[in-house]
Amino acid sequence: MSTTNASSEAPLEGGRRGLLRRRPAAGTPAAAARDRRRSKQRRRLANVAGLMAALVLTGVGYSAFAPGAIAADEQSSTESIAVEAGRELYVLSCITCHGSNLQGVEDRGPSLIGVGSASVYFQVSTGRMPLVRQEAQAPEHPVIFTEAEIAQLMAYVQANGGGPSIPSGDLRDGELAEGGELFRLNCASCHNFVGEGGALSSGKRAPSLDGLTDEQIYAAMLTGPENMPVFGDNQLTPEEKRSVIDYVQTIQDQADPGGAAIGRAGPVAEGLVIWVAGVGALLFGIFWMGTKA
Amino acid sequence: MATTTAAPGAPTTKIGQAALEVDDRLIVAGPLRRTLNKVFPDHWSFLLGEIALYAFMILLVSGTYLTFFYDASMEEVVYEGVYAPLRGVEMSAAYESTLGLSFDVRGGLLIRQIHHWAALLFVAAIVIHLIRIFFTGAFRRPRETNWLIGVVLLVLALLMGVTGYSLPDDLLSGTGLRIISAIILSLPVIGTWAHWAVFNGDYVGTEIIGRFYIAHVLIIPAILLALIAAHLLILVKQKHTQFPGAGRTEHNVVGNRLFPTFAGKATALLFIVFGLCAALGGLVQINPIWLWGPYNPAQVSAGSQPDWYIGFLDGSTRLFPAWDINLPGDYTIPALFWPTVVGAGLMFTVLALYPMIERKLTGDTASHHLLQRPRDVPVRTSVGAMALTFYVVLWISGGNDLIADKFDISLNAMTWFGRIGCLVLPPFAYWMTYRLCLGLQRHDREVLEHGIETGVIRRLPSGEFIEVHQPLGPVDEHGHGQLAYGGASVPKKMNQVGGARRAIKGFFKPIEEPAEVQRQAELEARGLEAEQSDRQTISSGRPSEGGRPSEGGRPQAPRD
Repeated sequence: MSTTNASSEAPLEGGRRGLLRRRPAAGTPAAAARDRRRSKQRRRLANVAGLMAALVLTGVGYSAFAPGAIAADEQSSTESIAVEAGRELYVLSCITCHGSNLQGVEDRGPSLIGVGSASVYFQVSTGRMPLVRQEAQAPEHPVIFTEAEIAQLMAYVQANGGGPSIPSGDLRDGELAEGGELFRLNCASCHNFVGEGGALSSGKRAPSLDGLTDEQIYAAMLTGPENMPVFGDNQLTPEEKRSVIDYVQTIQDQADPGGAAIGRAGPVAEGLVIWVAGVGALLFGIFWMGTKA
Repeated sequence: MATTTAAPGAPTTKIGQAALEVDDRLIVAGPLRRTLNKVFPDHWSFLLGEIALYAFMILLVSGTYLTFFYDASMEEVVYEGVYAPLRGVEMSAAYESTLGLSFDVRGGLLIRQIHHWAALLFVAAIVIHLIRIFFTGAFRRPRETNWLIGVVLLVLALLMGVTGYSLPDDLLSGTGLRIISAIILSLPVIGTWAHWAVFNGDYVGTEIIGRFYIAHVLIIPAILLALIAAHLLILVKQKHTQFPGAGRTEHNVVGNRLFPTFAGKATALLFIVFGLCAALGGLVQINPIWLWGPYNPAQVSAGSQPDWYIGFLDGSTRLFPAWDINLPGDYTIPALFWPTVVGAGLMFTVLALYPMIERKLTGDTASHHLLQRPRDVPVRTSVGAMALTFYVVLWISGGNDLIADKFDISLNAMTWFGRIGCLVLPPFAYWMTYRLCLGLQRHDREVLEHGIETGVIRRLPSGEFIEVHQPLGPVDEHGHGQLAYGGASVPKKMNQVGGARRAIKGFFKPIEEPAEVQRQAELEARGLEAEQSDRQTISSGRPSEGGRPSEGGRPQAPRD
C-alpha cells in the first residue's frame, strides 16, 4: 500500500508545478504559442495524472474500508471470477436444497454457512453431492464436477459462508505408529480396524477409507460429514490428523504378507472361505474318493 | 542257522523272519490281523469324521511349532520390531511374540495360518460329521456313548477355539475376551466369584493369557486326545454302521478292509486335508493381527467377530432384546445371560441327550447297525432341519453388521430379520422337510409299484397315450410290483438297472463309456462279480454271536 502511495505522489506534484508556472509564461506570441502547446500537453498530462490519482485513491480507499480486503489486485480478481463461476454452479446444482443464500431448505438440505471449503471439497469430490434423493445417508456416486469446478464451488461457499479449509502441504507428515493408536482409539469403532468401513444403525454406515485422498480424509476429520463426529483441532491437532492420514494411507498401500486379504474383514470372511472353499474342496475330494472303490 | 528247521508256513524272507521274532515276544499278530482286516463301509459320508481327525493331527503338529516362539505373558513391552506401523507402541509380550513369529520366524506366518485354517476346518468337519450321524440315525443303540463323546468333543473343540483365539492378545481377540468376561459375570449368584477365579481379579488382570495358554496347549488337548482315542476304540469295537443295500444286513459290514484299500484311501485323505490347509495357509491371509493392533481395553473396532463356530452365540446375543431383570436388593440378571449361558447350555444339552430323547419317544430300544435314509424318518429329519435353520439364522446374525454393510441393507432390518426369522423359519423348515420326505417316500413306493419311467410313450389302439414303465420285479395280475421297500435306495433310471448295459459308478455321474462297459461285461462273462466287496460280521460287543474272521480269513483279492 505504501508503494502505491509513493508512486501516486509523483504525478500529483508535477501537475501542481505545471499549474503554478503557467501564469508568468504568458508574454510573447511565440512564447505564448509554445506555451499553449506546452500547456496543452501539460494539461493532458495533468488530466491523465489526476484521473490516475483519483483511481488510485479510490482503490486505496476501497481496499481500506471494504470488508474482507484482499491486498493483491490480480489475485482478488481471479478469486472473484472463481466465486462468480462457483455461484453459477451453485445456482444450477445446489440451490434447490441449500437455498439461495446458503441458508438451507427445511427437510431438504442443511445450511452451508460456516461449513467451509473443506466440507464442500469432501462432499463434492467424493461424489456424495449433488445428492440424487434423500436417503439414510448420501451414497458415493461418480464425481460429476471437474477439479476446477470443485475449486469454484469451494471458493463460492468459502466466500459467502466461511468456515474451515484444508491446509496445504504434506498431509502425511506425521508419526505412523501414533497415527495407528489414534486411529484405533477414534476411528476404528466405526470404520473397522483398518478403515474397511462398517454398518451403523438404520441403513447408515461408516464408509471404507479405501482410495481416498489425503485431503478428503483431512476434510472428513475437520468437518464431520454425515454421521461422523467433527474432530476439531482441539480434539485431534493438525499434527495428529496428519499422523492418522499417514497410518490410514500406509496401511491401505501395504501388501498383505499372508496372501489374499479377503477384504481384511476378519472372521466372517474367513468362515465363508473355510465353508465354501475349504469344506467344498474336501467334499469334492471325498466324493471323488468314494467313486474310486 | 542251519540247525533249526523252518516250520511249515514259516516266513522265508528277512522281513518275515524279523516280524516273527517280534511276534514271538509281543504276540501281536492276532490283534493286528483283526485290526488290519477291519472292514470300512464304502461311502463318501463316512470320511467326514476322518477329516476332523486329520485336521486335529495338523493342529497338534503346527501348534507345537508355534509354542517354540510364543510367549504367554501379559508383561508390557514396547515394540521395536520390523513392522513399522507398530514400532514404538506399547503392547503385551504375548502380542509382541506373535508379531515376531509372524514376521521374523522362518515359516512362522505360514504355520500360524495353517494352524488357524486347520482349526476352522476341524470344527467344520466335526459339525458336518455330526450332521451325517444325526440324519442317518447312526447314533441309535448301541452307539449312544460315541454320540455323547462326540458332543463333548465338539464342545471341547469350541473351547480350544476360544482359548486359542485369545492368545495373540490383539485388539480383536481382546474384544472377544471382554465378552467372555461379561458372560462369566452374567452368571447369577456365582458370576463375580467365577470371574475372580478365572481372571484372578478384575478384568483384564495379568493372568488370563497364561491360563488360557495352558488350557489351550495342555489341558484341553489332553482331554481331546483321550476322548478321540475312546471315540475310535469304541468305533472299532462296535464296527461301522452302513447304508442298507444288497447283501448288507444288521449282522455284517460290507466295504473295504483296513489294509490295504482303506489305509490307502485314508492316507490319501490325510494328504488332501493337509494339502488344503497348507494351500489356504499359504494363499489366504487369516487373522492378520498386525492390522488389528495390540489389545487396549479403551479401544474397540467395528466388525469385531468371533471365529465362525462361536458366531451363533454372537448372533443370539445380537438378537436377544435388552431384557435385564432387576431384582430387589441391587441385584441384576443381565440380558446377556439368556442368549449365551442359557441358550448355548440348552442347545448342547438337547443335542447330547437326543439319542435318549428319541429312544423315549419312539420306544425303539433295539440295536441298529443299518443306517436309515433321512426320508424314511421324516420327523427326525424335519427336527434336524428345524434345528439347523435356527442355528443358521443365529449364525448369519452373528455377522449381520458385515452383511448390512456389504449388501447395503439396514442393520436394524437385519436384526429384525434375525429376530423374526429365528422364530418363524424353523417351523417352516420343519413343515417343508416333512413334505419333502413324504414326497420322496411316495416316489420310492411308486417306482416299486409301477416300475421305472422309461421315457417310452406308447399309443394304445383306443388312442390313449401311456408311458411304458419297467417293473423292478415280478408283478401281480394288475401289473403292480410286489417288491417291498427295504430301506435302500431305489433305482429310478433305466441305466441304474442295466438299461445301458450296466451302471458304472463314476465321478458324480455314471460312466457309460463302451470300453469300461466292455470290461465289466467280460468280468461277468467269466462268472466274477463285477464289483466285489469285502464283508465282515458285526460282533457289537457280543463275541458269542460274532463272526470274527478266522485265522485263514484273509480277504480274497478279486482275481482276473
